[in-house]
Amino acid sequence: MWIYEKKLQYPVRVSTCNPKLAKYLIEQYGGADGELAAALRYLNQRYTIPDKVMGLLTDIGTEELAHLEMIATMVYKLTKDATLEQLKEAGLDAHYVDHDRALFYHNAAGVPFTATYIQAKGDPITDLYEDIAAEEKARATYQWIINMSDDPDLNDGLRFLREREIIHAQRFREAVEILKEERDRKKFF
Amino acid sequence: MFTTRKQYEPYVSPFDPCPPIRVKTYVTAPNQYVGFQPPNLPQFPLHEALKKGTLWKIFYDPYYGPYEMKTKGDGQ
Repeated sequence: MWIYEKKLQYPVRVSTCNPKLAKYLIEQYGGADGELAAALRYLNQRYTIPDKVMGLLTDIGTEELAHLEMIATMVYKLTKDATLEQLKEAGLDAHYVDHDRALFYHNAAGVPFTATYIQAKGDPITDLYEDIAAEEKARATYQWIINMSDDPDLNDGLRFLREREIIHAQRFREAVEILKEERDRKKFF
Repeated sequence: MFTTRKQYEPYVSPFDPCPPIRVKTYVTAPNQYVGFQPPNLPQFPLHEALKKGTLWKIFYDPYYGPYEMKTKGDGQ
């Protein structure tokens, strides 16, 4: 069960009307390494991971939903008042024909989201290594979006999200260490 | 001095069609170096941590884009 708090994890500010940025950001919405893929991956893998790290997957999977909401807010703000001319210029004309200004789970190239982006192999180490890789890929994606964006307020939010990817990767690495831990170890954390 | 921004100089051919990018960069985020987080590491004040995205100073590694570099300078 979840409890919904009706506010964003980090304030989303967008200072320029630049629908092109929405086209890039949608990669983190419905792309292979996006927040939706991350949330679904962790919240599904958690059932078959050892109890010791199950809570970590629940927590991070939940936070990914909060990130998804931030990305959605960014995309919405960037497109809600865009004229058809602006949408055309931004290369969002095809999106408009199919969805008007509604958001949709697809990547920056318009490829719709698919469950084949994620895996649950059932082997704890295998799944955690996938999760570490997913976090690092998302971190890199945020870097490339920041590189393409000249909106300092938007980048501020993206920087926060990128920092969270670093922390998540760190925690997944620690989860691997927990599962590797030798029996009768004297050190406790 | 330690940095999480690494550089290398790729091979440049005299016959490359585009003007070469002589130095390429990549990021090695701090989580690559820590292993299991040791106890009692320095923290940010709470209100600051909420803004930065982490409580722990060693994991804070902000990334700035080329449009911001003019103002932020040492972002990477």
